[in-house]
Amino acid sequence: MIAPGTEPGLWQTARALASRDLRLVWRRRGDALQPVLFALLVVVLFALALGRDPQVLAANAVAVVWLAVLLAGQLALDSLFRSDAEDGSLEQWLLAPVPLSWLVLVRVLMHWLTTALPLIVISPLLAEMLHLPHDQLPMLLASLLLGTPLLSLIGGMVAALTVGIRRSGILVALLSLPLYVPVLVFGAGSVAAAARGQDPLGALLMLAAGLVVALVLAPLATAAAIRISLS
Amino acid sequence: MFGAENRPLDTPALLAARGLCFSRDEETVFGPLDFHVDAGEALLVQGDNGAGKTTLLRVLAGLLRPATGTVEIDGRAAGIAERAHFVAYLGHLPALKADLDTLENLHFLCGLHGRRARQMPGSALAVVGLAGYENTLVRHLSAGQKRRLALARMWLSPAPLWLMDEPYANLDLEGINLVNRMISAHLRGGGAALVTTHGAYAAPPVRTRALQLSLQGVVA
Repeated sequence: MIAPGTEPGLWQTARALASRDLRLVWRRRGDALQPVLFALLVVVLFALALGRDPQVLAANAVAVVWLAVLLAGQLALDSLFRSDAEDGSLEQWLLAPVPLSWLVLVRVLMHWLTTALPLIVISPLLAEMLHLPHDQLPMLLASLLLGTPLLSLIGGMVAALTVGIRRSGILVALLSLPLYVPVLVFGAGSVAAAARGQDPLGALLMLAAGLVVALVLAPLATAAAIRISLS
Repeated sequence: MFGAENRPLDTPALLAARGLCFSRDEETVFGPLDFHVDAGEALLVQGDNGAGKTTLLRVLAGLLRPATGTVEIDGRAAGIAERAHFVAYLGHLPALKADLDTLENLHFLCGLHGRRARQMPGSALAVVGLAGYENTLVRHLSAGQKRRLALARMWLSPAPLWLMDEPYANLDLEGINLVNRMISAHLRGGGAALVTTHGAYAAPPVRTRALQLSLQGVVA
């Protein structure tokens, strides 16, 4: 028989995939800035459209920041699996001795780290541009930290379903935006509730519960969708 | 030619297909096929364009589900998950990232698939004639060099069965020799290979049988 080699475990494959993704992002760091610039531009456009009254801006700040982050993440969604599908990497993922759903989970988390986390980092700046009262900022950050991973996991399923379609930009948006509605409602709603002096904990717990469910189920659905897309 | 009767009866074939049939949109692409591959043996899958060679390899690898039939490994029916430990697949797509250099690509693929004992990405590059290109980005390689890098991935894989789809594509004469030498070495180590070609012009100098696919069905 052939000399026994080493079979990678879950952590080994995760580390290999994570370091590959970080290298790729670093090689194309210009592209990595695009979602951040996009979110900035959306906020500027809203600010221009809403006028110069700081009170009007502040009243809409949470909704605008949440929408800017959501739309920027939506635009980045297409890069989640597309290049790996086009160069055949996904085929090799399918043939790896670890579950495809595990690789998908690692990939989605890396994608979140490199596209959504920078948005959260600049969200205090976005909030400042819109005159958001400072006492609402921690709530905004908490809702984004819980909500954006959920958006990534939901979006990953849609990206996997459409990865076999050549030009799927608008289709991805049409399929994913309706699924984003509950996340937006509870995410932006939690900050709004806190601003009105109500208890925001319920909305945040709903987001957390959704995140836990999605962490378990979304990778399985995404892996199944990838298998369908590639066959 | 070596038929089934030459095989010792007590050892099951490395890989065997039983009544394997694949259809797309209710139209049969190939099959039903019955064949086996023993350790130390190469099976050449021949046929015209569109005869289903690539589809057969993808079914065996577990990328596609057959309509009917089973794939056995070491005499036991093996699902897609079991086959992942067992096959290395060289497809039309290189599975290389253009923005990583050759060594980084091999390190990632080894992290994903594991590594053969006593083989390292650096030495595999030398085996396929890419020594000196360790830090070259894949986007700067020629098509033939990318093919060689994909071959280095096969060389590093711990899987005993190589599924190679048109491994001679894009390669110069020396590259064709390289593929043949690699297959010979792999078979000497107890491995096996399924190789698709659309002609018999290139074949490894090893114990070889041929599986002829045609649009009408299986000939031999």
